[in-house]
Amino acid sequence: MTTIDTTRITLPPAPLKGRGRLRRMSVPYFLALVGSAWMIILFLIPLISELLVSLMTGNVEAGYHLSWNFGVYAQLFGPHADVPYALFLGRSLLYGATATVITIIVGYPLAYFIAFRVKDRWKTPLLSLVMISFLVSFIIRTDMWVFLLGAQGPVISFLHGLHLVGPDFHLLGTSGAVIGGLAYNDLPFMVLPIYVALERIDPRIFEAGADLYGSPRAVFVKTTLPLSRSGIFSGILLVFIDCVGDPVNAQLLGGKATYTLGQAIQDVYLTQQLYNVAAALSTVLMVALGIILFAYARIFGTDNIEDLV
Amino acid sequence: MSGAGGNPALRRGLTQSRLSRRALLRGVGATGGAAALSALLAACSIPGAAQSGSDAKQIDWTQWWATKKKAGTLDFANWPLYIDQDDKGNSQSLADFTKASGIRVNYKEVIQANDSFYAKISPLLKAEQSIGYDLIVMTNGWELTELINNGWLAQLDHGRMPNFQANADRSVLFPAYDPGALHTAVWQTGFTGIAYNEKLTGGPVESFAELLDPKFAGKVGMFSDNTELGNAALLAVGVEPTTATRADWKKATAWLKKLQPNVAKFYDQGYTDALQNGDIWVSQAWSGDVYQMQAGGHPEIKFVTPKEGQMMWHDNMCIPITAEHPLDALTWMDYYYTPEIAGIVEDYVNYVCPVPGAKEYILTTLDDPDVANSPLVFPTADTLAHSHEFYVYKDYDDYQAWNSMFNPIVQS
Repeated sequence: MTTIDTTRITLPPAPLKGRGRLRRMSVPYFLALVGSAWMIILFLIPLISELLVSLMTGNVEAGYHLSWNFGVYAQLFGPHADVPYALFLGRSLLYGATATVITIIVGYPLAYFIAFRVKDRWKTPLLSLVMISFLVSFIIRTDMWVFLLGAQGPVISFLHGLHLVGPDFHLLGTSGAVIGGLAYNDLPFMVLPIYVALERIDPRIFEAGADLYGSPRAVFVKTTLPLSRSGIFSGILLVFIDCVGDPVNAQLLGGKATYTLGQAIQDVYLTQQLYNVAAALSTVLMVALGIILFAYARIFGTDNIEDLV
Repeated sequence: MSGAGGNPALRRGLTQSRLSRRALLRGVGATGGAAALSALLAACSIPGAAQSGSDAKQIDWTQWWATKKKAGTLDFANWPLYIDQDDKGNSQSLADFTKASGIRVNYKEVIQANDSFYAKISPLLKAEQSIGYDLIVMTNGWELTELINNGWLAQLDHGRMPNFQANADRSVLFPAYDPGALHTAVWQTGFTGIAYNEKLTGGPVESFAELLDPKFAGKVGMFSDNTELGNAALLAVGVEPTTATRADWKKATAWLKKLQPNVAKFYDQGYTDALQNGDIWVSQAWSGDVYQMQAGGHPEIKFVTPKEGQMMWHDNMCIPITAEHPLDALTWMDYYYTPEIAGIVEDYVNYVCPVPGAKEYILTTLDDPDVANSPLVFPTADTLAHSHEFYVYKDYDDYQAWNSMFNPIVQS
């Protein structure tokens, strides 16, 4: 440690008076202006109108009016609901959570490998390979899985050929297919933030750990993992939120027993045109996600997430 | 490590004024509050589709048509792959029409689904504005009923449609959903019956009742569309759909609940691939899809008219009341109802032709016996006798009651 070189610090100018001070004071507000306007117009207003629409009564024929109908929530999620929306919500959360765990298990070693085990000139090509699937439309990628997992597709034919599965075995229409599709589609969202977090770790920390007689395992658990926590959290935010609300994978890869809340919202809004119900379902989904992520952040901590976002 | 002097970011942080969290929230809160309040006021109601004074607005249609002049342009909105096209995408039927009438056609394949297209055009129609198309094609169902009930379709002047009167099949002259065919002329008809993969079922499937067979557990596909699903179930329990009562609807849902363990999935699309791939063995199916699967090298996929009967739907040409060139649209509508033009279109589209005379034209002039002799394109009288029209919703409440009965089957 050197002492602070006081000659190199220029002291701040004395506080300004009058208009100059006002201008100085207003700069942060101007900086926040664009972002705030964005958030208000594209986030806050839609959010409030969604809440209000969920409290309306009426139908698409006669129109909807605001009647503060809070009962809609009890009606949709209570024990006497016509359609088991609570079940769909639980299913969506389970699928999302499972897919998120899978992307961590697959994505963390991959990001670790790219960050620490390859030469610098290979990092960009490898990261591009992770993202290359984004060049093909999301729908087409998912639909190709329908072909691959189909009853006469290559996967099942192969398993049949080896006599590993019985004649009734199928993959399409199962929860496994839906979760697999979700994890497949969202893997890059987990790999990239973890890679960014790992990349920032100074490799000398590992050397120091080894010098202090830490086993490789101890060094990983005590330094690498905590230092990449912010990357994992960002990845979870991106993957979990995206998966829980996704209707497409369940629609294409699922069957009648994999109906998710995302599908329900889409059907209720577009087909049945029950705008209040669709808004109420969206609100519940959002609140559920909010509570889960907030609890996660409190329990595991997010102290250095601001380094990333 | 050197001191703070070396780090410009830290220095800036130490010396410049920063917004505290409280101040930031106060600033955002002030503007946000105002914006939110205005949003609240704006969002307090969503206008409905019903027109209050539509019944009072009586239009003298003879007078209405008399004021319309030929414009030489026709904006035609249709579904994808629903007219004859050569390799370059040119349509002979439309070219012939332009030659005969001098009307240029802007043909657009913009309709993907009835509900989404209706959602797009209804605000414009309500505001009495042009939707940009003079002719649209809608399936008989809730959306078409709405268009008619709201007074958003021009009433056709049958006096100007001699070909329609002379050549249309009886089954399309008197539609249940549009008495007297006053607002619509059928473009194509299709059947909803059952399709099965013969290789997998090991024999024919001839009725809805057979779908309950435990050997089909997890191998049956049904449509997720409430109208298709509900009407098929009504047939399955032996009820004529057009005259079904709510007690009959209940019986139909009970039947569907019995069927549910066998259902693999409720499809809106993709059932054709599933049938070919063997993910399902038997499915509710549209006749045109099956014809195209067979033509595409899958002869093992068979279409049957179930013993209990099959549904028959119609895609209809209709003219929005705000059309800019209605007379040109009416001219095409009538021109389509000649054996030549209907034949040219049918030879490509392969659904069910509304003009029986086109069969002869396809057989002799176009020399395509496969299409002309296909019972899926020109059905026999016996097939037509086993075909039923859809239940017509009386009003919104009726439609909603139907949905609340059949929707829980799909969403389970």
